Amino acid sequence: MSEVATGYNFAYLDEQSKRMIRRALLKAVAIPGFQVPFGGREMPLPHGWGTGGMQVTASVIGQQDTLKVIDQGADDTTNAVSIRRFFARTAGVATTEETAAADLIQTRHRIPETPLRNGQILIYQVPTPEPLRFIEPRDSETIKMHALREYGAMQVKLYEDVARFGHIATSYDYPVMVNRRYMMSPSPIPKFDNPKMDRMPALQLFGAGFEKRIYAVPPYTQVTSLDFDDHPFEVQSWEESCAICAAQDSFLDEVITDDAGSRMFVCSDTDYCRQRVAQQEANP
Amino acid sequence: MSAQTAQWQDVAPLLQVRELSKFYAPGKGCGDIDFDLYPGEVLGIVGESGSGKSTLLNVLSARLAPDAGQVIYQSEQFGELDLYACDEAQRRVLMRSEWGIVHQHARDGLRMNVSAGANIGERLMAVGERHYGNIRERAQAWLEAVEIDSSRIDDRPSQFSGGMQQRLQIARNLVTHPQLIFMDEPTGGLDVSVQAKLLDMLRGLVAELGLSVIIVTHDLAVARLLAHRLMVMRRGQVVESGLTDQVLDDPQHPYTQLLVSSILQN
Amino acid sequence: MTTMISVQNVAKTFTLHNQGGTSFAVLEGISLAVAAGECVVLHGQSGAGKSTFLKALYANYSVDAGAIVLRDGEQQVDITQAPPRRIIALRQQTLGYVSQFLRVIPRVPTLEVVMQPLLDLGVAREVCEAKARELLTRLNVPERLWQLAPSTFSGGEQQRVNIARGFIVDYPILLLDEPTASLDAKNRQVVVQLINEAKRRGAAVVGIFHDEDVREAVADRLVDIRLSK
Repeated sequence: MSEVATGYNFAYLDEQSKRMIRRALLKAVAIPGFQVPFGGREMPLPHGWGTGGMQVTASVIGQQDTLKVIDQGADDTTNAVSIRRFFARTAGVATTEETAAADLIQTRHRIPETPLRNGQILIYQVPTPEPLRFIEPRDSETIKMHALREYGAMQVKLYEDVARFGHIATSYDYPVMVNRRYMMSPSPIPKFDNPKMDRMPALQLFGAGFEKRIYAVPPYTQVTSLDFDDHPFEVQSWEESCAICAAQDSFLDEVITDDAGSRMFVCSDTDYCRQRVAQQEANP
Repeated sequence: MSAQTAQWQDVAPLLQVRELSKFYAPGKGCGDIDFDLYPGEVLGIVGESGSGKSTLLNVLSARLAPDAGQVIYQSEQFGELDLYACDEAQRRVLMRSEWGIVHQHARDGLRMNVSAGANIGERLMAVGERHYGNIRERAQAWLEAVEIDSSRIDDRPSQFSGGMQQRLQIARNLVTHPQLIFMDEPTGGLDVSVQAKLLDMLRGLVAELGLSVIIVTHDLAVARLLAHRLMVMRRGQVVESGLTDQVLDDPQHPYTQLLVSSILQN
Repeated sequence: MTTMISVQNVAKTFTLHNQGGTSFAVLEGISLAVAAGECVVLHGQSGAGKSTFLKALYANYSVDAGAIVLRDGEQQVDITQAPPRRIIALRQQTLGYVSQFLRVIPRVPTLEVVMQPLLDLGVAREVCEAKARELLTRLNVPERLWQLAPSTFSGGEQQRVNIARGFIVDYPILLLDEPTASLDAKNRQVVVQLINEAKRRGAAVVGIFHDEDVREAVADRLVDIRLSK
């Protein structure tokens, strides 16, 4: 693939920075869902492009690891391609688009459809780590709310949804409780993916570069989505199935195909879709 | 009438304040404050601005640590609590359950960016209510109790008049059936015509729910209508206290006499 | 006879701190006992301290010396020593006071104003309202005014609303500070009836009345309150 770049430390970050981030990660794993501040470093791309996730990846990746990077479920979008190439060049690691073949998966906005296994690490890019931010702008106060487990105010957001739309309309970045203790933002994944977080065999790490926070969900940890007794948590569903692989169980993107408004629904997870097609071709 | 034959019985105080002091600078704050507040009592704290009454209210309501002294509160959930010796977590639980705080400016006490219903429902959700239907029903009932048309439940407080905002703030506080309410100039920013209605409503709710109230006001007419007894403050000290109408009609301290004689007679 | 009010050696001096510290004694060495069912009318020149004394009986004014002991059911309460909440409980159930001036929250309808003291005792609203209607009718307050706030009424109408409010609870002790001043003869007569009904049910009444006909119709005793020297 690409040439390994010279003149850089392995995976770009210096070893001291990686150690600092690993210490934050250890703390994060020890306190599931708790946001650990860390000394975020500058990466050679702007904040908002996944610098938090990249710093976590740089700190945990080893020479023998295989890396997969997805953006909105796809391996072939600009952001995913750039980050994958970045680590291929600075760390010389193998990369893959196949979920099952990856040791590390850095993601923006999706969890792969293929179930992850123990030993894999899923690394989320997080724009806004604080789920309480919308109701409480003061950091000093949100820290206290987490410490004292004061999460009633969070329910206000769901109340507003039901009052306005008749159902909980929040469809992504849907707040969760981790291990029945900390309220956590799952990053802007669709709520369709929330159930996958619950008791996931893989380790989940979250990096927010702009706000310099790291948090984690260790393997097999309980993750529950907030709801009301009379308005239980529900995931999105579609009338359609994937126009390419006919999947009925995956998260679908709506694609406009011409100026006349024709449209089709396709899997957002490109790897999942491709594997299904390959399987169908192999066993017609 | 059965009420007439009922015997008066003394009860334990809800709040015991002992040698409480908080000074920002010499003469700025309040000092040597001692009093008991009993269940169902409405205590007015009056005095000019700068007399230390708002500082005192903040210290009493666990929002400002004193330099010295104690505030002992009889909690429904925790029993007897020394407010500044107990856990902060307990103080915060009190604030969203057994206590209410009505601010002078409604926007300090309301969430302006969420609906009226959510403003009332928040305290219910904060104490663990997770049934949307119940929350909505109770929010509606409380809107009606404070004379706001329940069809306004999904409107934001920013669409309400000043008087409505103040009533919404009261409903938001009362929904968890608190036993103690702190009020800081609750009619302060309102038109005179709106004040009367709010006062009448407050008086009715306080009597009906048997609330204990500590109300800070510089308006002696408000104090007369709402408070059972008064503490008159000047330069951080209580100069006179007693039954409201006795303090206002037969003031003993020179400062109270001056305060009372300064009111325009109607 | 049950003694409802017992006043012992009461003294009261006003000091006006902001007017050069002027002091003047108003009451000195006053003692009085009033039994249940008895009406005592305070007598004396204008400015002799009758009204001050009546206000002291209501704990509206403090006294400098002496004791004022009121009977509250089985308890005796010295209101010169009692804490505010004790006096408030006393005023709610036992001690009524009617002056010629109405002092209420603006914009509250007349019917509410009248029934409020009874409502505060926890009596059912229908009962309170029925009694308020009866009193307003007897005092000739036109029904069309009942849903209006009394602040816009004439002086006489306000005064009658105030009397209705004062008589809605059957207080065992009733203090009346010229309630009939400026009422016409017909309404004065209604007030006389109300006072006599209160006496018959055993209320101890202390009043100040300038109209001789009222005084004669209700008083069992006249007591002189002398101007202190």
